[in-house]
Amino acid sequence: MAGDRIIDLQHVSKRFGDKTVLEDINLYIRKGEFITLLGPSGCGKTTTLRLIAGFLAPDEGEILLDGKDISAIPPYKRPFNTVFQRYALFPHLDVYDNIAFGLKLQKVPTDEIDRRVRRVLKMVSMTDYEERDVDSLSGGQQQRVAIARALVNQPKILLLDEPLAALDLKMRKDMQIELKEMHRELGITFIYVTHDQEEALTLSDTIVVMNEGKIQQIGTPTDIYNEPVNSFVADFIGESNILNATMIRDRRVAFIGHEFDCVDEGFGEGVPVDVVVRPEDIYFTKKPERTQFTATVKSCVFKGVHYEMYVDTDTGFELMIQDYDAYPVDSVVNLYIEPDDIQVMVKERTCNTFEGEMIDPTHVEILGGTFECLPQEGLGGGEKVTVEVDFDKVDLLDHQDEGVLAGEVHFLLYKGDHYHLTILTEDGDHIWVDTDDIWDKGDLVGVDIEPKDLKITRRHEA
Amino acid sequence: MKRVFAQIYLWILLILLYAPLVFIAIFSFTESKVLGNWAGFSTKLYENLFTGRMQGSASLISAVENTLLIALVSAAVSMALGTIAAIGIHNLTGRKRRALTFLNNIPMINPDVITGVSLFLLFIFLHFSQGYVTVILSHISFGTPYVVLSVLPKLQQMNPNIYEAALDLGATPAQALRKVLVPQLRPGMISGFILAFTMSLDDFAVTFFTRGTIGLETLSTYIYADARKGGLTPELRPLMTLIFLIILVLLLVINLRQSRLQKAHE
Amino acid sequence: MKRSHWSIPYAVFLAIFVALPLVLIMVYALQDGQGHFTLSNITRFFSDKDALSTFAVSIEIAIENTLICILLGYPAAWILANRQLNRSAVTIVLFILPMWINALMRTLATAELFNILGIQLGKGTLLYGMVYDYLPFMIYPIYNVLVKMDKSYQEAAQDLGATPWKVFWKITVPLSMPGVTSGVLMVFMPTVSTFAISEFLTNNKIKLFGTIIQENINASMWNYGAALAFFMLVIIGITTMFSGNNKEAEGALI
Repeated sequence: MAGDRIIDLQHVSKRFGDKTVLEDINLYIRKGEFITLLGPSGCGKTTTLRLIAGFLAPDEGEILLDGKDISAIPPYKRPFNTVFQRYALFPHLDVYDNIAFGLKLQKVPTDEIDRRVRRVLKMVSMTDYEERDVDSLSGGQQQRVAIARALVNQPKILLLDEPLAALDLKMRKDMQIELKEMHRELGITFIYVTHDQEEALTLSDTIVVMNEGKIQQIGTPTDIYNEPVNSFVADFIGESNILNATMIRDRRVAFIGHEFDCVDEGFGEGVPVDVVVRPEDIYFTKKPERTQFTATVKSCVFKGVHYEMYVDTDTGFELMIQDYDAYPVDSVVNLYIEPDDIQVMVKERTCNTFEGEMIDPTHVEILGGTFECLPQEGLGGGEKVTVEVDFDKVDLLDHQDEGVLAGEVHFLLYKGDHYHLTILTEDGDHIWVDTDDIWDKGDLVGVDIEPKDLKITRRHEA
Repeated sequence: MKRVFAQIYLWILLILLYAPLVFIAIFSFTESKVLGNWAGFSTKLYENLFTGRMQGSASLISAVENTLLIALVSAAVSMALGTIAAIGIHNLTGRKRRALTFLNNIPMINPDVITGVSLFLLFIFLHFSQGYVTVILSHISFGTPYVVLSVLPKLQQMNPNIYEAALDLGATPAQALRKVLVPQLRPGMISGFILAFTMSLDDFAVTFFTRGTIGLETLSTYIYADARKGGLTPELRPLMTLIFLIILVLLLVINLRQSRLQKAHE
Repeated sequence: MKRSHWSIPYAVFLAIFVALPLVLIMVYALQDGQGHFTLSNITRFFSDKDALSTFAVSIEIAIENTLICILLGYPAAWILANRQLNRSAVTIVLFILPMWINALMRTLATAELFNILGIQLGKGTLLYGMVYDYLPFMIYPIYNVLVKMDKSYQEAAQDLGATPWKVFWKITVPLSMPGVTSGVLMVFMPTVSTFAISEFLTNNKIKLFGTIIQENINASMWNYGAALAFFMLVIIGITTMFSGNNKEAEGALI
């Protein structure tokens, strides 16, 4: 129902220079809900918050408040208040004047200001701190003042930009509980930005997972955890085993060299997919009739509540398992997975596809670099082509200048027996690579492709 | 629209700031003795300057040489003294650190005249005959604080363990300083040197009080004496123009490089 | 050897070349020509009409110069620090460049320019020349504070309902006060104490306090010269303590 939507982002895009930071964002926020924008740094979550607050204007699309476009309304006229990442408490004002800042601008009578400041200070448990210099407060206290300063204006929506990022773990946990309490008490909408998945799972009614300027998934914490829509979400939220798989038919999927029953339908037959299995959903059994596959325990570490074990399956895949019981290293164990613990996800792509242009019959230009290719019959210089390269046919080199293209390891995913890497080139393009070698996020690499591995076809302009 | 007004405002200020300098530059290309009298285009003044054939006093060249010598020596000493001092101050805490920082700030806050008079009294008190040495010592005293202030931030940015790491790997303190600290601090040392150098080039009052009576002239004191005699030596015009151009180019290069480095970092 | 000991050579140097000379100003100010203790140099200043009026004029010119420099320099620094209004890194270089060029040269050039334009040298030209000489010293520290200022303060104020105009007066200006303070320090006292510059810009019609000190020292009246310098030192001490004790200003610097 549209009536209870307070904020509506429709086809919102934002660019900084030639870099697209938000692409076609569609999102609505219900009155009174606690919604969290979650994602790694640079995913566009803070940009989204700043668009809502009004510090940025969208390049495309509309932002609606109660159904009315507010794109042209400056931040000081919007009925929202923000808790800033590093609090942004005014250093030349004391606690009282910081909190009263907004009310004074609205010309609220002095005695009312006084009453409201005291009430909100009580709410954040900071009574008697009115005259303190903000620089003399601890991080946690500054945090409370920042929240008080925003709440005293009785905003329709409270925006929080990683408000707990600067606090230590213990304080963060306490503040999480307090924030949740405040949300319940006030009944207003909270829009919360964080990169901490645990924080998001704890606090939110709704989580919006973002990556590279796009929304990956919107859902409740349990939805997001139990039914991630793609390998990025599965990897980002909680621990998981993410594996290449093939859909045999409806409710039957093959991975790690075995076939399993599952509950997913409609993917087609013989279609490559990704599956995610949470480490706590792989079970040990002593009964041979339940056993689906065997594995050798490689390591076992106590994690407080459970043990975390890495096992090598009989088919050579590495899996992570969490269990309350420990199994000795080198022992051979019997394992099984329940059908509804297997989450099947659509593969976003099965190989690299680039648009390129022939230089001459044996050279093709893609992503701004010139690669040698096998002689292409009937394709002359200047011809527009599509080039396909399998993930495992891209070579990564230790030094950026050794390759045809230079790039950086941007994202990596362990798939049981190999790594699936996303390489970000210097021009901002993506190349996906399967490799057995170990790389770290941020490693600088050169990229090369052998001539025989470039599959070139003529591109027909639409 | 706002931007246009802002730019107009900036350019009006800039035109006012640069009018006298441009004016001198223009009149460096004419032969007339008096500034403001255009006697046709000529590069004679530049030729005179470089061949040393002065129409007026021949001591202009020696004043330039003195200025450069004093600036180079004092800036080099300031750089060495200031860098070592900065490392020391960086490792001090509490009252000692506050006292040193306070003393270090004094030459920068004090007006030139006070610094000049106070150093003059010092040399009188110590019966130190005044000349090159006293001028250089004085220039070191107001140049070093700039080096200290340029090097300190670099020390703060530096990983505090790298000096220990060098010692741990078998370097002596002197080797650790030379091979590990100095390379890390070099940008700060260089900007400190440049600051001390230009402060020295620019100085008039301190030199005036500490040069004694041996007839030592730097560019500033030369100009002062010249102007008091009435009428500047015409060759000063090309000299000022050249100095202005050199500093302009230097500053632009340093700044553009810095902003390019910053962009690369972003 | 501890690394804090590396500060010892400089500490010794500072003691000899900074602390001792300042003490000597006081010592000489309290002595007569023969080295006996006396207060006559101090009392002489307060009965010296010439010196007193020069002092008054110096302070007046310095106040006027400082105010004009703030009025002209603050907007310039603000524009320079504002990315939307000024995208070029070169403009700020052009503004600080004159700081690096010999002040005497610039002053003489200005004086000559006035001569040619047929403008009578006097207080007006002195003030113009002073503003011209010291404006960069006001712009630069203010620019520095503004450019480093955390933008989230302005955003927070906007977020709390402040219009751009209110943000400027309630946040930007108060937070940039440390820059203004150091600008004032770099303009006010040097104006009072300049010599040479006022001579050239007024054809010796107006003397500033620095000139009197210089004249006394040059005439070998060291003790009276030292007393005058001491008097200035006291004023510097008071003004710096005043600006140094401004806690709000210090907080904004970090």
